Amino acid sequence: MAAILPMRTAAEMALIERYHAEKATLPGAAEARAAAFERFEKAGLPSKRVESWHYTDLRNLLREAPPVAGETSALGALEFDDLPHRLVIANGRLVDGKVSAGVEMLPLAVALKAGRAALGVAMGEAIDSVVDLNTALCREGLFLKVTGDATLHLAFAEYVEDRRSVMPRIIVEVAPGVSFTLIESHTGPNGVAYQKNAVVELLIGEGAKVEHIRLNAGGDKALMLSTLAAKIGTEAELSSLNFTTGGEISRHQSFITYAGENAKLRLNGATILKGRQHADNTLVVDHAVPHGESRELFRSVIDGEAQGVFQGKIIVRPHAQKTDGQMASNALLLSDEAAMSNKPELEIFADDVVCAHGATCGALDDSQLFYLMARGLPRVEAEALLVEAFIDEALEAVTHDGVREALAARVSDWMRARKES
Amino acid sequence: MLEIKNLHVEIDGKKILNGLTLTVKAGEVAAIMGPNGSGKSTLSYVIAGKEDYEITEGEILLNGQSVLEMEPNERAAAGLFLAFQYPLEIPGVATMTFLKAAMNAQRKARGEEELTPGDFMKRVREAAAKLGINPDMLKRPLNVGFSGGEKKRMEILQMSLLDPSFCILDETDSGLDIDALRIVAEGVNALRGPSRGMLVITHYQRLLDHIVPDTVHVMAKGRIVKSGGKELALELEKNGYADYVEAA
Amino acid sequence: MAAVKETVETVKTIDVDQYKYGFVTDIESELAPKGLNEDIVRYISAKKDEPEWLLNWRLEAFRRWLTMTEPTWSRCHYPPIDFQDLHYYAAPKKTPGPKSLDEVDPQLLETYAKLGIPLREQEILAGVQTSKVAVDAVFDSVSVVTTFKEELKKAGVIFCSISEAVKDHPELVQKYLGTVVPTTDNFYATLNSAVFSDGSFVYIPPGVRCPMELSTYFRINEQKTGQFERTLIIADKGAYVSYLEGCTAPKRDENQLHAAVVELIALDDAEIKYSTVQNWYPGDSEGKGGIYNFVTKRGDCRGARSKISWTQVETGSAITWKYPSCILRGEGSSGEFYSIAISNGYQQVDSGTKMIHLGKNTTSKILAKGIAAGKSDNTYRGQVSAHRKATGARNFTNCDSLLIGQECGAHTIPYIESKNSSAVFEHEATTSKIADDQLFYCMQRGLDEEEAVALIVNGFVKEVLQQLPMEFAVEAQKLIAISLEGSVG
Repeated sequence: MAAILPMRTAAEMALIERYHAEKATLPGAAEARAAAFERFEKAGLPSKRVESWHYTDLRNLLREAPPVAGETSALGALEFDDLPHRLVIANGRLVDGKVSAGVEMLPLAVALKAGRAALGVAMGEAIDSVVDLNTALCREGLFLKVTGDATLHLAFAEYVEDRRSVMPRIIVEVAPGVSFTLIESHTGPNGVAYQKNAVVELLIGEGAKVEHIRLNAGGDKALMLSTLAAKIGTEAELSSLNFTTGGEISRHQSFITYAGENAKLRLNGATILKGRQHADNTLVVDHAVPHGESRELFRSVIDGEAQGVFQGKIIVRPHAQKTDGQMASNALLLSDEAAMSNKPELEIFADDVVCAHGATCGALDDSQLFYLMARGLPRVEAEALLVEAFIDEALEAVTHDGVREALAARVSDWMRARKES
Repeated sequence: MLEIKNLHVEIDGKKILNGLTLTVKAGEVAAIMGPNGSGKSTLSYVIAGKEDYEITEGEILLNGQSVLEMEPNERAAAGLFLAFQYPLEIPGVATMTFLKAAMNAQRKARGEEELTPGDFMKRVREAAAKLGINPDMLKRPLNVGFSGGEKKRMEILQMSLLDPSFCILDETDSGLDIDALRIVAEGVNALRGPSRGMLVITHYQRLLDHIVPDTVHVMAKGRIVKSGGKELALELEKNGYADYVEAA
Repeated sequence: MAAVKETVETVKTIDVDQYKYGFVTDIESELAPKGLNEDIVRYISAKKDEPEWLLNWRLEAFRRWLTMTEPTWSRCHYPPIDFQDLHYYAAPKKTPGPKSLDEVDPQLLETYAKLGIPLREQEILAGVQTSKVAVDAVFDSVSVVTTFKEELKKAGVIFCSISEAVKDHPELVQKYLGTVVPTTDNFYATLNSAVFSDGSFVYIPPGVRCPMELSTYFRINEQKTGQFERTLIIADKGAYVSYLEGCTAPKRDENQLHAAVVELIALDDAEIKYSTVQNWYPGDSEGKGGIYNFVTKRGDCRGARSKISWTQVETGSAITWKYPSCILRGEGSSGEFYSIAISNGYQQVDSGTKMIHLGKNTTSKILAKGIAAGKSDNTYRGQVSAHRKATGARNFTNCDSLLIGQECGAHTIPYIESKNSSAVFEHEATTSKIADDQLFYCMQRGLDEEEAVALIVNGFVKEVLQQLPMEFAVEAQKLIAISLEGSVG
């Protein structure tokens, strides 16, 4: 029986065409781009038949491939404006800001052409169509080399009035022993169906400590695809939080590989959804070496007809003994039409390990609500209190007080808006 | 009965026992006292045959026979019993099932008939009654959810049922209140006899008020630094270990 | 049926089961030629003297099957199966077995001895040629069967082969067959629908509590069930039945591919408890041979407050691909899945369950214990879903894996989908190994390493074992120890 190849969608054809048209002018990394393109051309956009995309049918959701967003000089309000070092990236292009001492910055094109950076180096064994697409086509982005302790905010802002796409690529190399905090915020206009496919690659040197915070406050019609690929060196630590409140369709993927022993990972997620939003948090934690520790905590609050997805996979490779992996995904459904899908996976090939996962899904606890109301709180306040506390646990990973408070404030605002509507 | 000759033991390249020599005769109750970190628990594990320890030198003889090449279960069948400082929990395995498996395994190893269910039940009930162990506890999974006192009593119950020729009690008093301590000590004393040797490992003298030893040995830095009669324990209680640690 | 006649028939079919050892191949006309086409389907149906509707049902399934491709999503890997290189029908027939136990593979006998199976039963299981002694032995069990049948008849319970049911109770079969696992369901279920050989049929009338555990064990010598077994169990309103499938003794079977279908239907307030012990040939120490077991088992809690409970002890087969499921349709219905899956050697297990909550206030519980040893791969794959209308649905899932040795793999893949805010789903999973300290403790008390491992593993699976009927549980416990032999040291 001959395998039936699905018809190419308009979006797939446009993307393939774009690669052929732009191939000659894409900056550097020609081999990596060609390989990524070849995989993409073969696989197409992932549909729900692809196991890792089962709950987010991108083939169906990404109906067309709009043109790349042009340059812009508009600068609106940005997130976290009290942070000292900020780079403003509008429509994928660096337009403002500076970095502190200890951070070297190059435009992606320059770094790729000079061979200072490569594409896909932090992906480990992971292969993903969305990353491949970015690898094949990315032009805009940055290469950052961090050699001294630093905090940096990358403020991504889209200023588009029509359907446009943005595909930034950020490659960060953190030198051994350095402490680095990287904050990403993503904002954009409501009512515009723009598409974003952002990839951040993190190479974390021995003993370095990286804290990564990502805020997805994209426009309410946006398709927000994002990937964090990280390789953690010996005794290094990575803590990453993805906070999703924006976008119509969002998918954040984390591909984490342990490159050295005794490394630690904390991967958290906080998701608040309403209306018809759909948000997917997918992660693959690959314990390729012994003595790794990982902790994942994902909290989702889902209202309206929104849909939450959590897919977490912990892989323990043969010989990755003494791995300690604990993963939890908890969801609160606030309305009858809300939905949540959880798929926490363990894939284990070493015997001397301690791995566990837990997943829960349900409504707010009636007895807790009752208790608070019996103490005099009106229902909406009691609900808000419980929801905020629920999300707070996932925010605990954020050490920067200002950032954590700003994120917590978003949760209370969101609950207040819910009450008023 | 038990002879330890010039025992040197390392774990992960770190020396724990450093030429320890000790003899306990049949019918003798010997106490080993020493400060934390002197290697007391290591000694009990090495005698019982726990992996992870490397014996670089020396010899351990039980009834004249070397045990170093024997598996832990072979040592048990040869009559050695270790009452653990921290008895292990085995979820899902009823205490009764465990006792039966252990008793019959040892009997089989010694070429004896397995116990009939009736005989087994009778022995367990009698021994449990003596130690004030509620029969319901025997239906529960081994040591799971047991209090510290219950776990220690369970160790002594096993000791009496398995009828070993040589017993090691590793910090049996830890985690026990005074009443529990008395019950446990009575259980141990009932098992004293002319053909059975015992090695009582403890940090504090108070256990030795209840289980009165024939000999007392002071351990420091991985070897015996002083030996004497039961009065040595009282002296230690008064003056502490500092002098011995320095001398060692 | 008179006891005498039945005895004769039973005796005749004793050596029907063909075993690998001492079995002399004797191609008779009763064996369909290799390959699968519409003629073969017609041939099977004709041989079984089936009514037209059933033939059409088979043909429809067969045509559907032609358009399907083998599923490849499981974590099991095996060379492609040539479906045209198989016999799809072999009639029950007389073939000479071994003349006495002396001719039977000593390894098989050793296992029987460990399981504590009486000598006479051993002869039956090993397919020893009927001797005077064996006839007597069988006579005992036949009288047991006869007594049972009479008692069941008194209660109005129908317990027979599905072929008999097609003849004697066509209205029931036609009403329920394929309503839980439709002919279009999946590649293997569709294949089964086209060529199923035989299996059990059970019907419990309203309000009847089946007076005994029904077991294939009692039917084992009655007929050949073959590699494409089909079972249909219906518990009418308020009825209760407990059904045991399989046997702890390793039955030799020369058919490598098994694709059974089991359908359970529970109407209002009915309860079905289905227990399986599967211990088919897992292949040799190098991973050669062994049964491929692709089973579709599904229960439909069609009525309000109905209950279906699956319990399985899976220790055999080279490949196990099996997800006994519950469709919780009736309001207040409940489903349970208790599983022990042990893999050793080169075995591959991809097994779990589906709990589909459709009705209000439906509840489900999943307790899965996987033990991987040797070079095996052991995957739990389970789905729990609540649909929009499943208000008040509850699920609790616990899956624990234990790894023994450094060359095996244990995987947990749950799919948890809730579309109802009042549904409460809880899922827990752990993976660990037997703690060295636990092993040392047991060995200090005199157990050798294998005994200690078996003891700890039995503790690990205790909660599931407790779900099995008593006599089955005892056998299963021994089976676990045997399955893990050679996994340590």
